[in-house]
This record gives sequence, C-alpha cells and structure tokens, in this order.
Amino acid sequence: MKLRIKRGRLVDPFNNIDEVRDVYIADRVIAGTGRSPSGFTADEEINAQGLVVCPGFVDLGARLREPGYEYKATLASELRAAAAGGFTSVCCTPDTDPVIDNDAVVESVLRRARSLRTVRLYCIGALTRNLDGQVLSEMGALRDAGCIAVSNVDSAVMDTHVLRQALTYAAGLEMTVFMHSEDPWLARQGVMHEGEISARLGLPGIPVAAEAIGLSRDLALIAESGVHAHIRGISSAPAVRLLRDARRQGLPVSSDVALANLCLSEENLIGYDPNYHLRPPLRAKADRRALTNALANSAIDAICADHQPHDKDAKSAPFSATESGASMFDTLLPKLLSLQSPSKLPLGQLIRAMTIGPAQILGLNAGHLSRNAPADVCIFDPDHEWLAHPDNFVSVGKNSPFLNEMMRGKAVITIVDGRVVYRADI
Amino acid sequence: MSSVDLQLNDDGQLKHFLSIEGLSKALLQEILDNAERFTTVGDRAIKKVPLLRGKTVVNLFFEPSTRTRSTFELAAKRLSADVMNINVAESATRKGESLADTLRTLEAMACDMFVVRHQNSGASFFIAQQVAPHIGVVNAGDGRHSHPTQAMLDMFSIRRHKPDFEALKVAIVGDVTHSRVARSEIQALRALGVPDIRVVGPKTLIPAGIESMGVSVFHKLEAGIADADVVIMLRLQEERMQSALLPSGNEYFKEFGLTERRLRHAAKDAIVMHPGPINRGVEIESAVADGPQSVILEQVTNGIAIRMAVMSMVMGTQVAANR
Repeated sequence: MKLRIKRGRLVDPFNNIDEVRDVYIADRVIAGTGRSPSGFTADEEINAQGLVVCPGFVDLGARLREPGYEYKATLASELRAAAAGGFTSVCCTPDTDPVIDNDAVVESVLRRARSLRTVRLYCIGALTRNLDGQVLSEMGALRDAGCIAVSNVDSAVMDTHVLRQALTYAAGLEMTVFMHSEDPWLARQGVMHEGEISARLGLPGIPVAAEAIGLSRDLALIAESGVHAHIRGISSAPAVRLLRDARRQGLPVSSDVALANLCLSEENLIGYDPNYHLRPPLRAKADRRALTNALANSAIDAICADHQPHDKDAKSAPFSATESGASMFDTLLPKLLSLQSPSKLPLGQLIRAMTIGPAQILGLNAGHLSRNAPADVCIFDPDHEWLAHPDNFVSVGKNSPFLNEMMRGKAVITIVDGRVVYRADI
Repeated sequence: MSSVDLQLNDDGQLKHFLSIEGLSKALLQEILDNAERFTTVGDRAIKKVPLLRGKTVVNLFFEPSTRTRSTFELAAKRLSADVMNINVAESATRKGESLADTLRTLEAMACDMFVVRHQNSGASFFIAQQVAPHIGVVNAGDGRHSHPTQAMLDMFSIRRHKPDFEALKVAIVGDVTHSRVARSEIQALRALGVPDIRVVGPKTLIPAGIESMGVSVFHKLEAGIADADVVIMLRLQEERMQSALLPSGNEYFKEFGLTERRLRHAAKDAIVMHPGPINRGVEIESAVADGPQSVILEQVTNGIAIRMAVMSMVMGTQVAANR
C-alpha cells in the first residue's frame, strides 16, 4: 500500500520542518517528504490542502478503564476516541482491576488492543504490587511482557524506603519510572488548589507545598538511584523551579504537564462543576503562566491529555464526592491549538510536546516523520469548528471541562502503521 | 453556573436561596424587611399566615441539626405549609442510594420546596441543578460553603441593635476555615456596606487567601475585637484537636475565649453573637454568653422570621413562574 498525502502543511518539529510539503508512505513507513521518491506510484492520494500534516500524537498515560471499570469505558471505545483525536500511540496506566502488576494482565490488555487494529497501545506496569506501596512488582516480568515503563500512578508510595528500593531496582532493569509527585499527607483531604478560591468556596485545598515536597523527595531518590524517571503532571510554579534546578545539576529527569493545567485555573471551580475536579488540581493563574513559560522554553518536555473517562454517576454528586479526572481525547487538539501564540508558543512547539517530546520520554521510534520512520501520521483541519456536545464525543466519557464550548480544530485522518485508522465524516 | 444565575430568575427575584454571594444590597434588605413583618406572627394567638397553604416543604437533612431544622419547620408551619422532615443521615443514603436518586424519589411525591443541609461544600448548587424547575431549594448549610439563612438572621439581629451597617466594625472570631456561617456572614456584611470586617482566630483556622473576600485578618483576640460594634463567636468543633489544628480546648480558651475582661476591648455597647450551639468555656465564658451584651437567644427567635421571609420569597417566584 502506497499513500501520498499532498499539499498539506507539514509540521515535523523533530526535523525542523514547517512548510507545505507532500508526504509519501510505503510499506508502513515514511518513504520520504517533499519530492517524490524515485519509482513511487501512489495507490491512494489524500488531498491535504488547507490541512496540517504532523506526526501522530503520543500519549503518556490514559485511564482506559479496562480491565475492571468497563462501565466507565473500554479499550475499544477509548482507542477509537484516541484515533479520532489524532493519537497514534497511547499508554495505559496500571490502575485497573486487577491492577496491571503481572505479565498475565499485560498480555491480555495488549492482545485485546492488537485485535482492535487501531492506535498502538503501550502498557505502564505497576511499580509496587497492587499499587499498595509495600512490595515491589515483578518488574522484569512486566518488562518482558511488554511494559514500557512502571508507575504507582497517583497512589503515593508513602514509605520512602520502599520507594527508594523500587527506584533502585527499576534502575537496574533500565526501566523508566513515571512519578506523580505529591505529598499524600498534605493532599489527603483536598479536592482543589488551596488559595483564594478554596477559601471562598469552602472546599478543602491541596497546598502547593504538597507538590513541592513530593517532588523534592522524588528528585532526591531519583538522583540517588540513577533511575530514568519522568514526572507526570506538573502543576505549580515551585515545581517548575525544582525541576529546572534539578536539570541544571545534570539530573536527566523529564516532565509533562496536563493540558487542562495549561488551559484552566482555580477560578473555573466557582460554581462547583465537578468536571473541573482534576488531579493534579487546577492551580492559580500565576502557576498556569509558569507552566506555559516552561513549555515554551522546553523546561517541560511534553503535554499529556491525562484522559480519564468517567461514567455519569462518578460526576453526578456534590463536588467533593465526585471522582477526579476529565475525558480529554476529543478536545485535546482544539484546546492545544487554542494555546498558540506566534511569538511564545508557535504551533511547532505545541506539536513537539505532543509528538517527539513524549516519544523520546518513552524511548519510542515515533513522533517524527523522518525517512523510514513508522508511518504514524495525524492530519487535522485547524479551522474546523464544532460544538463540544456530549453527542459529538467519540469517547464514552462525557466528563469534559470544555462541554458545550465551541472548538476550533479537528483531526481529519489518522494513520497508524501506514493504514488509515480514522477518517472524520466532515 | 455562577451563584447569581442559579438562584435568581430573569426578574432578579429569588428562585432558590443558596448563597449570599452575588446578591444585591436591595435584595438582602428586602429579606430583612419581610422578616420584620413576620416577627409579629409568633406573638399572635393563631400563629399562622396562609402564604404557603397547599405547599409541601421537605426538610432534607444529610447532617444532624436541631435548631436549624426545627426553626425551618416552625417557619414553614407558620406559613401554613405541609412539612416533611427527612433525616437522610439515618436513612436512604445509608442504604447506598445516591443523592440524585433521593432527590428524584422526593420529587415524585410532588414536593414544592427542599430545605437542604449537606456535609459537602457546594451541595446546594448540585441539588438546585438537579431538581425539576418548579421546585425551590433553600440551603440550610452545605459543608464549609454557605449557610445563608443563618447569615441573614444574624444581619437581622445586628440591624435591630445597630441600624446603620455603613458605620459598623464587625469581628468574626474562631474557626473560620471550617465555618459556612463565617463565609456567608462576610458576604452579607460586605453586601450591606459594612466597612470594617475582621476575622480573628489561630492561624491554622483562618484559610489562606481569605483577605480576597474583603476582610482583615487578626491572630490576637484583643486586637481583633478592638472597638468592634459586633463580636460574632463561632463554634469550635471537638474534632479540630484531632487533626493537629489546635493543641487543646484549654489553650484555645486562653488565647481566643471571649471573657468579660476581654470584651472590654470592644466598643462599650458592642453586641455578642453566636450561631450556636455554644461550647461554654471553650469559645465563650458563661458570664458573656448570658450577659447583657449577648443577643444569642434573640438570634434563634429571629431565625424563624428570616426563614419565613426567605421561604415565602422563594415560593412566591415559583408560583409566579408556573402561571
């Protein structure tokens, strides 16, 4: 199968390309861009005039809810939503039921994903058995079964001795560890950022110190163990500073920010809409600015959708009694585009944070459209307008903080492994 | 949805009463004026007016309460409504029924108004968004967020003694962090034009960022109540000692307990208020609670009139909307 994507605006940050250029795909890989490779005759041509062609998005951790929480979402429903959102690789988190802490669960999840023949799925395994923070998981078996990284997700490992051993053991296996840094004691009862708005709403707050302390602790143990670690979901200005200082001292630690923390802040919680109940919490405007700046100057390496689809009941209660998290795959692209600013955050920098940025964190040959790279491509219409109505969501999770807003931008075609896995009917 | 959009109709009248936030001075004064008219109902031989005849009011309490629930019940009965008391803390939700389901069940019984107390901040907003459009919701306290009828009855009590809000110094003393009463009072005092509002308490019980609500913060009682015209004491919950917010009740009384001697720092004719129930010897000395400056029992009496005013205003709009 040979495919030519013609006349699109090719944005490939890894190769420093942002211009109108054709893309050629042959035998599941990129055959070239620009001038036609010699002897290339396309079986199919895609006219991408007026559209943007970029590497498919790479996700760093989504709650896909299978196994165990199929009443919220399934691998089938959410990988379809991922494809419709322009993603070509998605990582699933281990906080399922049963927990992804042994090779049998990994194999069954990966087998199920392969049978769907859509977006590529990668498993993040549990760092500790059952995520209970007490006994190390069988990380070697997880790696051999296909786990790309290990993590305790947002169940903090309270015992620093266990955490130190887990990181050290992972370092020996050369496994990447994903960390959600937060001091569990300070965050224990909180449901939002502690500040002016929590004072007003009377909702228990999570102080910025919870993240700063959790991150300081984690950075100290990362440095000592020599593990390759990635910090998920940075939310505050002090955390940005801690990470920058750690990198200046030569610690090879990467980080990402959840898209919602770039788009929204604590003010959005006025009115108690549970769709703004997120972890890490939406923080102050100054934190949001610091995160945006860090992304602009590459102090933060990636943006994560932090996709967490929920059933209706999970969000149908007073704010504190609801579950945290937002369904993000459907609105990721338009909200990403809304962050564009020609001087500070050009399109290329945003796409970098969704493609080569996360791919390098995961050590994947993905997120770029170099010759012979896997043909994982996203083609999107930056100007298509649509309403973020639940009926227009592909994800079965309708818990979006952007519900009923007009969106500008939509994936039109998603190609995985040289094959079209999604085509919008617009 | 903002609190204003949720609780006012297009004509600016109350359709729910959930929070003081965003309500105008004129509307708050209307509530106080209406309450004034209802104060005499309790003195009549037949303590009833027919404003809510044929209406069913449900007191839906997810948290235990004696005085708030009973004054709401009395208020509804004096307005001639049928009243149903449901103590959910001991019933449906214990059996696993969700709040949304409880509301739907009660709606099916053709109720007209829910008076709701719930342990979660913002629960009143959730409930107002869930119920059918003809039902009015009155917030009887939701978590740490809001207790607007308590705030209004306190404003009523203040006005009876100190009619000029724009010349007042008011100090709110105690556990502000966990107090829905304090939040609603601050908003009401602000809306009514009180120029000097202070919150006074140990640093662990004053939420960070409270200054943005237009108050000044004090951590010493004497300084906080200096020259104050009104001193509002808040109840200290026993469980605060367990969560490392305070060392002991004794120490709290030493630092923040209102004694006769300390009260001398306030204005000579200052009034002392407390939303109840009182912890004698913890936040307030008996000599003060029962003393000449205390208006604590008056607050309870005024609570009935305020709740009659609010319920009739909320139901008034509901009736108009159905015509």
